[in-house]
Amino acid sequence: MSTDGAHSVRDSSGNGQRHAPLTRRTVRWIDRRVGAAGMARKALDKVFPDHWSFLIGEISLWSFVILLLTGVYLTFFFEPSLEKVVYDGSYEALRGLKVTRAYESALDLSFDVRSGLVMRQMHHWAALVFVASTVAHLCRVFFTGGFRRPRELNWMVGVTLLILAIVNGFAGYSLLDDQLSGNGLRIAYNIAISIPLAGTWLASLFFGGEFPGPDIITRLYIIHVLLLPGLLLGLIGLHMGLLVRQRHTQFSGPGRTEGNVVGERVWPTYLAKGLGMFFLTSAVLAALGGLAQINPVWLYGPFEPADVSTASQPDWYMGWLDGALRIMPSWEFRAFGFEIPNPFFSSVLLPGVTFALLYLWPFLEARITKDHAEHHLLDRPRDRPLRTALGVATLVFYTVLFFAGGTDVLATTFGISINVLFPMFQVLLFVLPAAGAYLTYRLCKELAQRDQPGGTHHAGEVKEPAGGSGEINRREAAPEGAPEREPASEAAGKAQR
Amino acid sequence: MSGNGHSDTQVDDGHEAAGGTESSGGERVVALAFAVAILAALGLTVVYSVGGQPQLEGLFLGLALAGIGVGAVVWAQRFMPNEEVTEDRIELASTDDEVLAFTQAFEAGEENLERRSLLVKLGLGALGALGLAAVFPIRSLGPRPGRGLKDTGYAEGVRLVTVQGAPLRPESLSPGTVVTVWPEGHENEADSPTLLIRTGAGKLELRQATVDDVVAYSKLCTHTGCPVGLYQVQEQLLLCPCHQSTFDVVDGAEPIFGPAARPLPQLPIGLDAQGFFVALGDFPEPVGGGFWDRGR
Ligand code: HEM
Ligand code: FES
Repeated sequence: MSTDGAHSVRDSSGNGQRHAPLTRRTVRWIDRRVGAAGMARKALDKVFPDHWSFLIGEISLWSFVILLLTGVYLTFFFEPSLEKVVYDGSYEALRGLKVTRAYESALDLSFDVRSGLVMRQMHHWAALVFVASTVAHLCRVFFTGGFRRPRELNWMVGVTLLILAIVNGFAGYSLLDDQLSGNGLRIAYNIAISIPLAGTWLASLFFGGEFPGPDIITRLYIIHVLLLPGLLLGLIGLHMGLLVRQRHTQFSGPGRTEGNVVGERVWPTYLAKGLGMFFLTSAVLAALGGLAQINPVWLYGPFEPADVSTASQPDWYMGWLDGALRIMPSWEFRAFGFEIPNPFFSSVLLPGVTFALLYLWPFLEARITKDHAEHHLLDRPRDRPLRTALGVATLVFYTVLFFAGGTDVLATTFGISINVLFPMFQVLLFVLPAAGAYLTYRLCKELAQRDQPGGTHHAGEVKEPAGGSGEINRREAAPEGAPEREPASEAAGKAQR
Repeated sequence: MSGNGHSDTQVDDGHEAAGGTESSGGERVVALAFAVAILAALGLTVVYSVGGQPQLEGLFLGLALAGIGVGAVVWAQRFMPNEEVTEDRIELASTDDEVLAFTQAFEAGEENLERRSLLVKLGLGALGALGLAAVFPIRSLGPRPGRGLKDTGYAEGVRLVTVQGAPLRPESLSPGTVVTVWPEGHENEADSPTLLIRTGAGKLELRQATVDDVVAYSKLCTHTGCPVGLYQVQEQLLLCPCHQSTFDVVDGAEPIFGPAARPLPQLPIGLDAQGFFVALGDFPEPVGGGFWDRGR
């Protein structure tokens, strides 16, 4: 905050520096009112480490921005109403059909609003990329141990972002009242009522009554365009705020320690690259939006309660739930006239446990490894074989569920009977993760061994696998669950606080 | 350092790039990228004003954005300060003194509250009461989930009609056909679609009254309520397209495959005086997916 404010007005414009007077005058003007130049200077000088994997989170951020931009455009034309109208737009195959305004306005967006289809498809592609990059970013943080103290809070913010992104994506494509999404909503309704005790109440309050419920589209709409985007925006702000406050993690390397950050300054290089990334992300999404058809609701037709299209697949991020619904054995529990229906296990319990474990992971791992110290240097996945193996097993588990969501498609494509596919997936769901974990563990050990020239750092000394076994044995001898070996620089630093 | 970035004169650029030739090469790339962006943007406006064409719009928009993106990234890589900077991490935790000072300040304020603990309790009570009162309007969001889940439009004597409202006689169904029917007056209601099947099969294991080889089942899957859309006449099976539950038509629609755990509810049917199909009552149990007190 400048103390000489009052009498320096004149010289700020007349100090002879002719090439940047406007910037300077503006900065002065603002700083006299908010006094933030010092802070802003620090912000410009902030250092961000560089690694390709740090770009993933950035892609997620930029696709959210594109969702906001394209979404606002859609709101100018989309009408979230279940009122029935006769369609008379330019798509001939459906002309004369009685449809809801929601469906009609989605058709109009696709055929009669100029550049409407590009915006719609861009919005949908951006949603897919948003969730995908968020998941990939989460994996990056998981496998590198970026969630460890002091970043547990930001990990939990991140998990919340993922959940909200998935929910908002589902809410978004459920707005259009086409056959595919109408069926999705009916499944959601039935999952809701499957919750013991509260389920039927929750469903009735949310849908405004029995399915389809008179209010569901209008409610999903306000949730989709205001409530959840607002929440996402706030949480993304918090996510970034915590990141700036705690500084980014970095991989270890020459000159990089637990106590410093090595990278580029925000201004101008990092910012220019970031901005470039924004344009490149939107370029890809725009090209997809124009060239790659997605969610052609005109082919699905309007929602009719007695119809269903075969081989209908939800958006990719719902696939694991679809798969779980399918390959869950037909168990239900009944006693005293009460029951716990089958979908409760696959669609309430499974996601509940999934996200609860995700939230708790930083604390679980700290408890298992008894490592409560601060970490600013990232792990290489190979240096943490147990965590990496567990992560791979988890990914494989959900990937198997994802493919189980396509049993009908697989059956028709490969001519395999679903009578074979279902039991096969039920077995693979447990066998593949175990195999994945085992192979990953072996691979990590192997890779770590290759990096370790017998403990000493003689450049050029290449150990034969057999020769290195003494070293490996020592590392494997460490009891399971005990803290895995810390990189030297790490162990040297941080006292526990 | 940050001063360098402000002035984008050629001289400065030359300083930062590794060599003169590389610099001019980089400049050409950036210039080309921006030029592509300008042309693509122009193309976009042209396409838009002649009536629009989704593929071209996406292409030009993508090119324009990509041009700017490539330009910015190459610019940053070639002409902006790229050297590595090392910055010390800050200690995140405050010093013990700071924490102590904060706790003391907080406790000083707290004491003030503790002195009037009755008022504090009342105040909290008021907030709690208001919160509770504010919860009640949530109740307006939807009706109590009561009989609605257990009832459909069927009752004794209600005709089974097509979605257009046409009643049906046994003769209008040839063996091995299925029609989706509704309770008259409730056509297309989400909880009532019913499969009226003329099985052509000799023996049916059923729990409800029926007419010859014709049987009526709820069309809503007992798993998560999808319409069970596929009737395989040969095997006498009903297949749910959503998660592939399979029901045995001749055996009371018992589930024989997939996640569904209960048979499709069977509608008791008969014929009225004019010989049209009628219901003899509602479904004996709720249709669609299960819920907690379904059996109550
Ligand atoms: C996390 C952020 C968001 C996600 C994941 C998301 C996802 C989606 C998806 C998948 C659809 C269906 C698109 C289609 O196939 O037509 C959709 C539709 C829609 N979204 Fe979003 N969206 C997000 C944010 C927003 C925002 C911020 C707005 C507006 C302020 C918005 C407005 C709309 C509208 C109006 C529709 C319906 C129109 C239509 O698609 O035809 N969305 N959204
Ligand atoms: S709804 Fe029929 S199998 Fe899931």
